[in-house]
Amino acid sequence: MNKIEIDHHISRQFNEELEDVRNRVLTMGGLVEQQIAGAVSALIEGNSALAEEVIASDYKINSLEVSIDEECTQILARRQPTASDLRLIVAVIKTITDLERIGDQAEKVARIGLHLTRFDPPQNHYLELQDLGERVRENLHDALDAFARMDTEAALHITQEDETIDHEYDGIMRQMVTFMMEDPRVIRRSLDIMWAARALERIGDHTKNICEYVIYFVKGKDVRHISLEQMEKAALEKR
Amino acid sequence: MNDQAIITDMPNRISHRIDVNSVGRSQKQQSLAAEKISIEVKGLNLFYGNKQALNDINMVIPCNRVTAFIGPSGCGKSTLLRCFNRMNDLVDGCTINGEVLIDEKNIYDKRINVAELRRNVGMVFQKPNPFPKTIYENVAYGLRLQGINDRRKLDAAVEKALKGAALWDEVKDRLHENGMGISGGQQQRLVIARAIAVEPEILLLDEPASALDPISTLKLEELIYELKSTYTIVIVTHNMQQAARVSDYTAFMYMGEMVEYIDTNTLFTNPKTKKTEDYITGRYG
Repeated sequence: MNKIEIDHHISRQFNEELEDVRNRVLTMGGLVEQQIAGAVSALIEGNSALAEEVIASDYKINSLEVSIDEECTQILARRQPTASDLRLIVAVIKTITDLERIGDQAEKVARIGLHLTRFDPPQNHYLELQDLGERVRENLHDALDAFARMDTEAALHITQEDETIDHEYDGIMRQMVTFMMEDPRVIRRSLDIMWAARALERIGDHTKNICEYVIYFVKGKDVRHISLEQMEKAALEKR
Repeated sequence: MNDQAIITDMPNRISHRIDVNSVGRSQKQQSLAAEKISIEVKGLNLFYGNKQALNDINMVIPCNRVTAFIGPSGCGKSTLLRCFNRMNDLVDGCTINGEVLIDEKNIYDKRINVAELRRNVGMVFQKPNPFPKTIYENVAYGLRLQGINDRRKLDAAVEKALKGAALWDEVKDRLHENGMGISGGQQQRLVIARAIAVEPEILLLDEPASALDPISTLKLEELIYELKSTYTIVIVTHNMQQAARVSDYTAFMYMGEMVEYIDTNTLFTNPKTKKTEDYITGRYG
């Protein structure tokens, strides 16, 4: 069996309900992506208004999580989905949890951005955070894309990309420690930069989880907590 | 900051900023209190001889919705259904007190024309029972009884009814074949066409899919979903999953009593009484 079709049920209503759930997840993902972009921008530019907007918008993501969860529960109760339909609902329920956490991390970055406006920016204007932030946002974008297209190869690729994010994060940590040792006056600012980098790295981890759910949904294989080689085999195998 | 989040480069997937107020909880939350009423049952008690089969039933059936009755064998769900078109009159020794109001008139009033009631409140049974006539004559029968004999009027009405029952495409070239020569699922739809040909307000379905295979069952459920925009539908089913799929409101009955009657979403995700929960989770008996 090569391709999953999520429509063509005899019940048109069931089709609509599944399509609706998928769309709402993608909407939630888009919103979360915006939050990441906004938070990182706000931090780098020292833009308090933007930071506050990101913080104030987090409730929308929480609201969507609750609402989509409820919809999924009702679909499970009323439609008794099986096979790929069931895996879709399970994958959605897990994905929205990770998306909501990503939203929280983005809010955290925005708060740090607000905090950092009290200090002078460093000479490189937080370039390392800008790079990390952009990479993380792009990864999430690609992961949502992979979910929309049911593309396990793309999902696998993003999972492998997460290693790069981890390396970049390690680099930032080492750099900040060096700065703090050289000049104690930059300790407070460096700590904030480290917390922001940590939040971005966590976003990367959540994105990786979402990719694992995509592979589960499409291939029916649970690829959590296994090695990259095993995951690759599972993702690329023909069913 | 860009106002739109672009998820993929496929234009039909661009997602706009959501209005969170419109993405509220349970958009489909339905409430009986807000519905227009089709049938009202007041203080209904029914006895088969000395045995009480229905015990003080009070409920309303909403218009243009599907209401399902579920419950274990012998709980009274079919009995209650048959009260809505006075089919219980045909059972010896059956006595009723209380009221059943349709369009605010008590159908048990002596002045009611029972034949007219049964035209207005159609019924479909578990075993498909087309007449041993042609498909065309099955559907036209009720209309002929009303005195309609004009060929063109009958043709138009038969076509409309068969289309309404999602059967027209399958039988339009064999309307003059015997109605009993088609498959079970088709026979059931023929019976529905026969019922809707006389333009009822209400359709009563007593386990309509019990004798059908799974695909025919799903097609029938899809038909029920389409019919509810025109008719009020009450369905008795012993298949809980079917009630969950097809109905807007579900009533759980047990030993002649109405235990819980609420919107289907709530009944199947968070029922209020333990009896209901035990039954639907399979902890019954």
